[in-house]
Amino acid sequence: MTRYIVHRLLQGVVLLCMVAMIVFFLGRLTGNPVDLMLPEDATAEDRVAMIKALGLDGPLYQQFFIFVGKALHGDLGDSIRMREPAVDAFFSRLPNTLALIPWAILLAMGVGIPLGVLASLNRGNMIDRIAGIFAVLGIAIPGFFLGILLIFVFSVQLGWLPSGRMGGPEHYVLPVITLGAFLIAGFMRLVRSSMLEVMDSEYVKLARIKGLSEFVVIWKHCLRNALIPVLTLWGVFVGNLITGAIITETVFAWPGIGRLTYEAVIYRDFPLLQAVIILKSMLILSINLAVDILYAYVDPRIRLA
Amino acid sequence: MSDETVLEVRDLHTHFFLRRGVVKAVDGVSFSVRRGEVLGLVGESGCGKSMTALSVMRLLPRGGARTVSGQVLLNGADLLTKSPREMRDIRGQTISMILQDPQTSLNPVFTIGDQLREAIVRRTGGNRSDVMREAVAALRHVDIAAPEQRIGQYPHQLSGGMKQRVVGAIAMSGHPEMLIADEPTTALDVTIQLQYLKLLKRLQRETGMAILFITHDFGVVARMCDRVAVMYAGRIVECGPVREVFEHPSHPYTQALIASVPKMTGTVERLYTIEGQPPSLMDLPVGCRFAPRCPHADERCLDTYPDSFLAGPGHTADCWRLA
Repeated sequence: MTRYIVHRLLQGVVLLCMVAMIVFFLGRLTGNPVDLMLPEDATAEDRVAMIKALGLDGPLYQQFFIFVGKALHGDLGDSIRMREPAVDAFFSRLPNTLALIPWAILLAMGVGIPLGVLASLNRGNMIDRIAGIFAVLGIAIPGFFLGILLIFVFSVQLGWLPSGRMGGPEHYVLPVITLGAFLIAGFMRLVRSSMLEVMDSEYVKLARIKGLSEFVVIWKHCLRNALIPVLTLWGVFVGNLITGAIITETVFAWPGIGRLTYEAVIYRDFPLLQAVIILKSMLILSINLAVDILYAYVDPRIRLA
Repeated sequence: MSDETVLEVRDLHTHFFLRRGVVKAVDGVSFSVRRGEVLGLVGESGCGKSMTALSVMRLLPRGGARTVSGQVLLNGADLLTKSPREMRDIRGQTISMILQDPQTSLNPVFTIGDQLREAIVRRTGGNRSDVMREAVAALRHVDIAAPEQRIGQYPHQLSGGMKQRVVGAIAMSGHPEMLIADEPTTALDVTIQLQYLKLLKRLQRETGMAILFITHDFGVVARMCDRVAVMYAGRIVECGPVREVFEHPSHPYTQALIASVPKMTGTVERLYTIEGQPPSLMDLPVGCRFAPRCPHADERCLDTYPDSFLAGPGHTADCWRLA
């Protein structure tokens, strides 16, 4: 078990190095942040001085090694725009995103899993088809469109819910729906197909031979087995939510790490962008590891090695 | 052995309705099992043995399988007219079943104790410690050593033979009067097979339950059964006391089956095989189903399905040659 975890952590380090490299060079392809920061009447000397002050002079590889050297000491640089350490900016916004994600997962599972079971029990008939249409819509409607649609209907037209910013429980409703919608479909389709597989198994037959009620057969014997493949994808889903938060938080002016990522890109805030992407990757990697460990507890046949 | 009939199946027809056509998996099966009796049901793969069993349990697979006519009388009451709720109360309590493959018949994510307790609670509804004690006793009863430890283990931690004994314990935890064993030893090692058969036989003697024993192995029939029914292409073609059928097989199919069992005595010769293939269950011959492969077949056999004729004491066979 310890060996497994150490192995996974080492894999993670390699992955993080690649992520750091990609985000560093890809970011710099977008242009120079100085152009966005200086007033239009700035002189060429002002520009050179600014570039120097931000450490953007010198060849790219040199900049990269300075960045890596500092990063190894835990220093991911200061945000150009906010003039504070990028890591601090990330961690001050992280709780706001984490306040959103569990609700989105809960919504997706709470709606997606029962829908999947219902669809599997009604394979081929009307209920299955309606659930299928629901799933396709959930995947096909992009987050920015759904978010704006929800704002239009529930905030602008009906005036029931606030259109953005953090606040009381009513502020959570629309962002959570926007963030969780495409996962509902994911859970539903996965549960449906694995339920269909499980329902034909011999142990389900034995459960019926015992005279168990259909409710126990379906929701205990079948679902517990059907959820194993779902759990594997949990890590992927959470990753999707963290990246999906960029759109949701931007649409709803939600001060989380998704919005922070968006701002870092828009303002070419390289140190912030690098920090946000690397820290997010670390977050996703640790969630994936946690899910794999949890997996071994749910399915007793799995021994991590 | 009393003369009281526990299970009587009359003219059972179970068909698969597929897009390509209708598969007549069970097509006019009749038999009866008396209290304390073991009836063997033999036949080759795909002849409808398991479908007969699942029709009796009313656990046909989803996707087009339906019992279209017939009667399944358990202690005189027709199971085919029972509601699903009534059927649940009968299953596991009055009639139960052991499945073929122990590797897949236990739920991998629950301990064997959990799975056994569920079955016991169905009967007793009792409190936790009583149920626990009974679960341990049930495991001990099927010769599982150290049942107190085994009860907390998951199926993958047990050997195949042990799993099948657990399945047996689960199937019998409701003290059924009728047990269907669908090839319970086919998936086991040869050495374990014998142990399991002995165990089943012992439990059957102790409880006096009736068993419908499905197999394709005549050796197992000889060891386990009082009577035997031979099935071919969805119908029972011959039925009688084991000794009587072995000594005087009267249907050409039974004769061929028995002739194809290798003997340990005499000179070594070529193994006997039956020429041809069984008919497609989608397109059955109008007459005797065995006629196309039968060395004795004549016009009448091809035109009309034979009646059941008496071939000996308590011994019937569906063959015109006995008319």
